[in-house]
Amino acid sequence: MALDSKVPEGPIKDKWTIYKDKINLVNPANKRNIDIIVVGTGLAGGSAAATLAELGYNVKAFAYQDSPRRAHSIAAQGGINAAKNYQGDGDSNYRLFYDTVKGGDYRSREANVHRLAEVSGNIIDQCVAQGVPFARDYGGLLDNRSFGGVLVSRTFYAKGQTGQQLLLGCYSAMNRQIARGKIEMFNRHEMLDVVKIDGKARGIIARNLITGEIERHSAHAVVIATGGYGNVYFLSTNAMGSNATAAWKIHKKGAFFANPCFTQIHPTCIPRSGDYQSKLTLMSESLRNDGRIWVPARIEDAKLIQQGKLKPTEIAEENRDYYLERRYPAFGNLVPRDVASRAAKERCDAGYGVNATGEAVYLDFASAFERYGKEQAKIHGIKNPSKEKIKELGQAIIEQKYGNLFQMYEKIIAENPYETPMMIYPATHYTMGGVWVDYNLMTTVEGLYCIGEANFSDHGANRLGASALMQGLADGYFVLPYTIGDYLSNDIRTGAIPTDTKEFDDAEKEVTDRINFFLNNKGTKSVDHFHKRLGKVMWDKVGMSRNEKDLKAAMAEIKAIREEFWKDVMVPGAANEMNVELEKAGRVADFLELGELFAKDALIRNESCGGHFREESVELDGEQKGEAKRNDKDFAFVSAWEYKGEPADAVLHKEQLEFKDIELKQRSYK
Amino acid sequence: MNLTLKIWRQKDAGSEGQMVDYKVTDISEHMSFLEMLDVLNEQLVNAGEQPVAFDHDCREGICGMCSLYINGEAHGPDRGITTCQLHMRMFKDGETITIEPFRASAFPVIKDLIVDRMAFERIQQAGGYISVNTSGNTQDANSLPISKHAADEAMDAAACIGCGACVATCKNSSAMLFVGAKVSQYALLPQGQIEAADRVKNMVAQMDLEGFGNCTNTGACEVECPKGISLDNIARMNRELMKANL
Ligand SMILES: Cc1cc2nc3c(=O)[nH]c(=O)nc-3n(C[C@H](O)[C@H](O)[C@H](O)COP(=O)(O)OP(=O)(O)OC[C@H]3O[C@@H](n4cnc5c(N)ncnc54)[C@H](O)[C@@H]3O)c2cc1C
Ligand code: SF4
Ligand code: FES
Repeated sequence: MALDSKVPEGPIKDKWTIYKDKINLVNPANKRNIDIIVVGTGLAGGSAAATLAELGYNVKAFAYQDSPRRAHSIAAQGGINAAKNYQGDGDSNYRLFYDTVKGGDYRSREANVHRLAEVSGNIIDQCVAQGVPFARDYGGLLDNRSFGGVLVSRTFYAKGQTGQQLLLGCYSAMNRQIARGKIEMFNRHEMLDVVKIDGKARGIIARNLITGEIERHSAHAVVIATGGYGNVYFLSTNAMGSNATAAWKIHKKGAFFANPCFTQIHPTCIPRSGDYQSKLTLMSESLRNDGRIWVPARIEDAKLIQQGKLKPTEIAEENRDYYLERRYPAFGNLVPRDVASRAAKERCDAGYGVNATGEAVYLDFASAFERYGKEQAKIHGIKNPSKEKIKELGQAIIEQKYGNLFQMYEKIIAENPYETPMMIYPATHYTMGGVWVDYNLMTTVEGLYCIGEANFSDHGANRLGASALMQGLADGYFVLPYTIGDYLSNDIRTGAIPTDTKEFDDAEKEVTDRINFFLNNKGTKSVDHFHKRLGKVMWDKVGMSRNEKDLKAAMAEIKAIREEFWKDVMVPGAANEMNVELEKAGRVADFLELGELFAKDALIRNESCGGHFREESVELDGEQKGEAKRNDKDFAFVSAWEYKGEPADAVLHKEQLEFKDIELKQRSYK
Repeated sequence: MNLTLKIWRQKDAGSEGQMVDYKVTDISEHMSFLEMLDVLNEQLVNAGEQPVAFDHDCREGICGMCSLYINGEAHGPDRGITTCQLHMRMFKDGETITIEPFRASAFPVIKDLIVDRMAFERIQQAGGYISVNTSGNTQDANSLPISKHAADEAMDAAACIGCGACVATCKNSSAMLFVGAKVSQYALLPQGQIEAADRVKNMVAQMDLEGFGNCTNTGACEVECPKGISLDNIARMNRELMKANL
């Protein structure tokens, strides 16, 4: 099967407008006869469900939590980008488009990204109208801040809780439609398979997580909005329930899986403290606006720090290595996430890490306290302020800006970050890869759509800060509602889809067989045991830096863990009740397949790109010596994998990426 | 640390529950409370027993999923946090810890420590929104300035995570802090004005219908609220309700 991205003709800036003018519409009276299933109610699924219902379709929405408001989007802290140019600093749709394509290391689809930039402004308008309390300046207008990798201030925010407020905005829009009866909400339901009839997606099989009942739901189209698969690493910044199941199940039914190896490792997370740890906590990247990152310059000092015999405040300025400022003078501590993450790992691998495990670097606010303190002393006319006074004044400013983050850090680590530098380390955060979709956001299965973090299209090999929220809402509020209408206009005479058909029988049987297998297996090891082992292989061999030998080994090891899992996993309890272990077992089974495909995808991509550093592909000389080397000649494509049974047998399809509007250039942050 | 846990076990909504004792050993003070429960569950699974079911997801204090009544306090000892942010350094070696679900008649138990908070959903569906078409044709976001003060106050109210600790801790099982927070957010913003009267009436009516008790100004909710939602929001809700009924 040939991949067709269906990107419309015409100049990039007009593609979306021309497209919208030409598509088929569904008459409002007919929309009442059309059902749409939306799986996932985060920013992407929630906004899609609300808007499709508003348009008049009958929507059935599904989430595994007890409420749409708890979807993982709630955790996003930093903010959302939009090209509003309210600050008059030269922002434009083109500039947002350009920054996003460049930030993604030229591995995203131009037309999709341009459309994203075009609708970004509408998102802010929409959310404000819904009552999202974005930060305002004293004049009553919207405030902005800046994020890594860009030179304008285009990030809108609601304190450190932007994702929460945006999600509550779509949740309220959903509630309005639930009250009107246009959305039927299925909380605590997990989608376990998709049902295809005559090649088209026509329904899903879901498990009611309270009663264990297996349910059939039919529709004219199915939308997958189930978020990212970062938990394949076991430890990540994702919520505990975040999973790949829906995406993986549709992959097995014909949807291609694109760029699985593109994961983002976020540089500013709270480091791991022990083997019992269940997740990693992100500290917003906005901290890098004021914090300076360093490790000891002398290995002896690093050793003493690791043994707890020396304090960071006892290391003199000249014995500190501010390695980002040293290596990247132009961007310094504000280099993009991939660059900052790799640089931290490089120092820690070389033995300079600053906690007991040697896997942490310092994020130090001392000089920000001083800088702000001096400024405040001037503003308040304090003559000859003491060092302590300066620090106190400066700390008050930092507290205003990041107080909640400092508090969160202190709760977790039990150290006061105002007195001693924070410790941070990179962690798996966001997955740029996902289900392959065309310009319409349709997968390679007809009538099956995929939006938000679950798809692959907009971020390339690296995601800039504050752009995932933008993509989720753009897809759900403003893109999918158009593109899906074009498809559904052929379904106005179809009528309701029955669920008592062979296709539903078969899919349901597959699901129940698997559940029964788990419960009857009577193995000896818990689900988490296997998940942790998978995570370790993924982090050690398919993490930030990769090489051919390790990747091949990883594929074999993951396969072995998978085989052992099916032989020896133990799942207590029964099928017809709430059974948390059973839920986990299904998710981990899917991660064990996805993990291997992930490694296989990394193996074929013999270039350093975005967050992933391929040890065989390094700049050998010049200004960029030692930095990651991208290879556009051979790898300017999307890898889209077709399922063929074992992950190792998956077949590669390439979508060649064309850059007509942006010249492919080496990314330099020097 | 070695600890004794007294945990509420209940097979499902229809069954009777009881407290069961468990022992856990080698608990690190750096663990979170939920990681300590993970250790217990791993132990139970390895013994072929059913793990203790508890709600959780983000594990960073924002999704509102985790609950638990620990030693008689919603979200346990320590202030301004959710259960997933509670750390074992708050406990002593050899201690006995009692763990129960959030108890309120409007929050029926589903299993073990998991309760059904759908009542909160229905209250929000009764009017916790601004009726705006999600068409992308809304006016420019800066065309209606909002004072920084109002925006900040609305944000403080909007920070509620819907966890239900306020209900669980209230002797009347009142949901007024939760409802007050939502009503306040919209009451403070110009966008929310048009429907203000209907919103507050409908939400309060639904709240009563769900079987939540009344507020008698004890203030326990504010003390246990992980997001510092203030009692002022209850006062504002009452004012809004009075205004609506005039
Ligand atoms: C800590 C953190 C901070 C972040 N900060 C930012 C930021 O500042 N700016 C930014 O732009 N981005 C940020 N991101 C990224 C961004 O939050 C996510 O990429 C985005 O919210 C994903 O939205 P989504 O709608 O695609 O998926 P999610 O919000 O993850 O929603 C997934 C939905 O799918 C449901 N689901 C999953 N599987 C199933 C199934 N099998 N059956 C039924 N339902 C299912 C879930 O219940 C949920 O409703 C952050 C991410 C994290 C982890
Ligand atoms: S008001 Fe506080 S305690 Fe009550 S639901 Fe909201 S966050 Fe939880
Ligand atoms: S698990 Fe999300 S708030 Fe505790």
